[in-house]
Amino acid sequence: MAGDVMMRGVGDGLPVPEFETTAWVTPKPLSECTVAIVTSAALHRSSDDGFAPGDTGYRLLPSDARDLVLGHWSPNFDRSGIAIDLNVVYPIDRLDELAADGTIGAVAPRHASFAGNQPDDVATIRLDSGPQAAAELKADGVDVVLLTPV
Amino acid sequence: MSTLAHVFEAAGIATVVLAATQSVVERMHPPRALFCDFPLGRPLGKPSDSDFQHGVLSRAFALLAAETGPVLASHPEIIEADETPLSCSLPPRFDPSLPAAVDEANGIRKAYDRARERTGVTSVGRVVDADGVPGALQVLVDIANGTHWKEANIPGGTTIGVCHDIRTYYEEAALELVDGPVPDGRAAEAWYFESTEAGRAVLAARAAIKEQDAPFPVWFYMVPGHR
Repeated sequence: MAGDVMMRGVGDGLPVPEFETTAWVTPKPLSECTVAIVTSAALHRSSDDGFAPGDTGYRLLPSDARDLVLGHWSPNFDRSGIAIDLNVVYPIDRLDELAADGTIGAVAPRHASFAGNQPDDVATIRLDSGPQAAAELKADGVDVVLLTPV
Repeated sequence: MSTLAHVFEAAGIATVVLAATQSVVERMHPPRALFCDFPLGRPLGKPSDSDFQHGVLSRAFALLAAETGPVLASHPEIIEADETPLSCSLPPRFDPSLPAAVDEANGIRKAYDRARERTGVTSVGRVVDADGVPGALQVLVDIANGTHWKEANIPGGTTIGVCHDIRTYYEEAALELVDGPVPDGRAAEAWYFESTEAGRAVLAARAAIKEQDAPFPVWFYMVPGHR
């Protein structure tokens, strides 16, 4: 069986966290929004601490950083794409282009990276590290977040 | 990702998820999601194709115009990961006194160094750097030949970490050695596990560790689950 078919099949059978309601924010027009990326690829700067297995924390990535390495512990996804082009996971250059042509208002000064391989109940990112990262980006004036998985 | 979408939206930031698994995003109903049936590890679909990536972003950001949600849309293009091994030549045997995998790892070092010089970054280094890769392979060869995994001095004490570094060293080198179009998703992985001595050594060590009754995570996550 192909790897992606197997992994998506695993996802089909996994229990997922339950949210009774879906929060909803109506953003400003996109051309006025400051946009950040939040990825679960466990990207981190090569000079920063890496992600431990089961790491529930996050790293903030300055918008001009390109020395990013993959800290995710799962072997179950393609890594060659990001080795060729960071933007296939973390489309930071694309956001710069969208800001330059006025499609978005601005690129956020910082972005956030989590590890997708979380404990099953995701309690920490739901109640602690997730809200903390959101507050940090909110303080930076972020209006819109694009979430990119691996 | 959908969990974080709920969290960030509740904090007052509008969110859009590029969802990788349809059955998960359907059950988690984040505010806005674009399901992208692309190779896992490539949420924007195509490396080095800015037009395609902008198309994905355009479809994702268009969901921000919805007045109510949750909103789930799908990208119309499906990209499957082709697991045909990358066509990448390997160095000839140089030092017959070394295990084949160790000799091979030494042989591709120059390609790895060129890749690192060109890109300025490497994802090798979780437990060993490039200098440590041949030695790490020697440890895995020893395990495959009968050394108990607990007595093998696995670098960093983690089979998963050391396997990550070896595989990444090979894949980054391979991308430097091939010309032509961008390799499909998992082509480099298939090359590593099916065509290289290192890949064979990792698979053999994994089988040995499993036979030695190691805990499941110690051996299972050394390689992708379908291998």
